[in-house]
Amino acid sequence: MTLPTQDFGPAGSLTGTKLAVLRGERMIFRDLDFRLDPGGAIVLKGPNGAGKSTLLRMVAGFLPVADGTLAWDGTPVTENPDEHRSRLCYLGHLDAVKPVFTVGENIDFWARTAGVTDIEARMAAVLARFSLEELIDQPARFLSAGQKRRTALARLGVTPARIWLLDEPTVSLDTASVGALAALIAEHRTKGGMVMIATHIDLGFTDYQELDLRAFTGRTAA
Amino acid sequence: MTGFWALVRRDVLLAIRQGGAGTMAVVFFVMAVTLFPLGVGPEIEVLRRISSGVIWVAALLSCLLSLDRLFQADFEDGSLDIMALSPLPLWGVVIAKCLAHWITTALPLIIVAPVLAILLNMPAAGFPALVGAMALGTPALSLIGAIGASLTVAMRRGGVLLSLLVLPLYVPVIIFGSGAVDAVVGGYSAAPYLMILGALALFALVLSPVASAGALRLALA
Repeated sequence: MTLPTQDFGPAGSLTGTKLAVLRGERMIFRDLDFRLDPGGAIVLKGPNGAGKSTLLRMVAGFLPVADGTLAWDGTPVTENPDEHRSRLCYLGHLDAVKPVFTVGENIDFWARTAGVTDIEARMAAVLARFSLEELIDQPARFLSAGQKRRTALARLGVTPARIWLLDEPTVSLDTASVGALAALIAEHRTKGGMVMIATHIDLGFTDYQELDLRAFTGRTAA
Repeated sequence: MTGFWALVRRDVLLAIRQGGAGTMAVVFFVMAVTLFPLGVGPEIEVLRRISSGVIWVAALLSCLLSLDRLFQADFEDGSLDIMALSPLPLWGVVIAKCLAHWITTALPLIIVAPVLAILLNMPAAGFPALVGAMALGTPALSLIGAIGASLTVAMRRGGVLLSLLVLPLYVPVIIFGSGAVDAVVGGYSAAPYLMILGALALFALVLSPVASAGALRLALA
């Protein structure tokens, strides 16, 4: 089932120039450059602690940029943070699934906070994608870890955002769900969507960039 | 204000389904107030004189009791990340969550307060002033509390620190809140007190969302 078409707003590219991030006193990475064009994907590589999650949270605007520029079409995102925010969908390690709400209620709330109008159509499509139809009225506290993860991933389908920032989205997913996620990402990219993803497994992307964060750690680049 | 009412609705629903904070605050309120006659003795004159103060202190403490979870649950499960990126600005999120907190915690307190006032032998003339003062003063309690809740959101045991941060800021509310009732009982007008309470609530409405949003942003970094 294909998702309803989404209006992402004007196309553009996200660029990072000489980015550096500090956590406490520690330099996580520095002099990091990347460029993400419409339809593009960046796969973040590196061992645990290399800064994959940090980079994703920085692009999401949660972490301040210590040095360098994060820009949309050449304009630093700090000049219009609201617009930058509206382009993003961030999915981290935490599922944000409320145990007392049903699967349907959880997804419905995310769609409403994002201001989605055609919630029903989107919900039906995304539930089918992740085989969640039968769980729609199930309170989330009875879900397994994988089912909870699928519920969290459903957010990607209901909230229209151009840039997806995914931090280890495949954790606790079964093979079929990993396939569904890969298909969802591929479809997103054909519509001009962009993806920045930290993952250790091969999602079968075509035409993507690999960004190995080991090359930019504070110590080696100094 | 995309998503504002969706967030209010969700938080109220969450409070009802979890059955936690709201009911607990009311039960605490009732128990704390009923402890006073046991402690200070059953003299009707004494109880009558301290009634408004006792009700306000108990209301304030029960409000505080539920505040430490205001942002914490959403912070811990990642919901706050999503809210911070939603079209609704973070200060709007704070107002929505305060409104939900007020509906689930303060509103039941306001409803129960006149019953407890009877228990403490408050003159009936003071009831409208008590309810009015609480209706105007409790939004300020929720909003000021949000500042403390957002500052302590990333702490494991933030509840005590939250109380230390917030209680001094509650002082004006309690002074003018119980003052309104005492004024009416003493034969004066409650209007000046109610106006100051309203002003405090408006002041908190302007200041608190910005301050809380800033503190939350620090916690998310």
